[in-house]
Amino acid sequence: MISGIIGRKLGMTQLFAEDGTVTPVTVIKAGPCVVVQTKSAAGRDGYNAVQLGLVEDNPIKLKNVSKPMRGHFEKTGNGLPPTRVLREIRLDGEAEVSVGDQVKADLFTDGDKIEVVGRSKGRGFAGTIKRHKFHRGPESHGSMSVRAPGSIGQSAYPSRVIKGTKSSGHMGDARVTVKGLTVAKVDAENNLIMIRGAVPGANGSLVVVKKSV
Amino acid sequence: MNRLDSIEQSQLKENIPSFQPGDTLKVHVRIKEGNKERLQVFEGVCIARKHGGARETITVRKVSFGIGVERIFPLHATIVDRIDVVRRGKVRRAKLYYLRALRGKAARIKERDFRNKKHQ
Repeated sequence: MISGIIGRKLGMTQLFAEDGTVTPVTVIKAGPCVVVQTKSAAGRDGYNAVQLGLVEDNPIKLKNVSKPMRGHFEKTGNGLPPTRVLREIRLDGEAEVSVGDQVKADLFTDGDKIEVVGRSKGRGFAGTIKRHKFHRGPESHGSMSVRAPGSIGQSAYPSRVIKGTKSSGHMGDARVTVKGLTVAKVDAENNLIMIRGAVPGANGSLVVVKKSV
Repeated sequence: MNRLDSIEQSQLKENIPSFQPGDTLKVHVRIKEGNKERLQVFEGVCIARKHGGARETITVRKVSFGIGVERIFPLHATIVDRIDVVRRGKVRRAKLYYLRALRGKAARIKERDFRNKKHQ
């Protein structure tokens, strides 16, 4: 059974429950996805997986698909239109699906435990306060070290900065997995999955929703 | 965003009267006691209305035994059973936070005058 689906984060809103509680949810437009390739541990790939393509409302024009990619889709033999996004989902056992099968949001039901893989928002070159939650220095009485990192090591010995010392640098725009999330509601008709809480990435960014292992 | 709107649309309540900040409201709140449910009325001046589709909230302020009490209601939440408009107030701004600093006579709000107006 396929355990994941590709989607796009639409944004956050809230759901009202009958008992008056409010659930903050992230809405994900999940799929429909199409199986483009299956990989099997017995075959030459050596591991079990399916390659999913995200079917979008505005499909990519054929002239914008590179020749190797076109070949990849033609090889399926099902006349699949090329998709912009391809993602591989690892499976525990052999794939019980064949190329061309659709994967939809109804893969999940309300209350399912899931994990979400996304790409976090890029923060550019960030200082230590934002990037590593360092404390700031005093702001007044002549302080000149408001957002400075402070000491980054000792003196004559070791005469160098230890590798891995937390420092300023590029932050975000990295693959982030959030585990232990819960599906609040599935709207299979509109291919929407509502996940309780936040999900990494900006609105409109790609996410992969997987069942918790 | 269209997709999000459709989700919020389905959650909107329809029995919300038209009112503005400055109006005096009676908010009927569903309260659960054990397994019994009853309605409690919170009457006060609406001092802010924060729009946002299904996430819209109102802030209602009243002075209870000399102590100012404010409650923020999610307008479309199920715990808000219904809202009655008691009095329409005439105010010049959308957020009436200045009322917090005023008490007694100074905190009064003039009633909106509907004479010579067809409808409101």
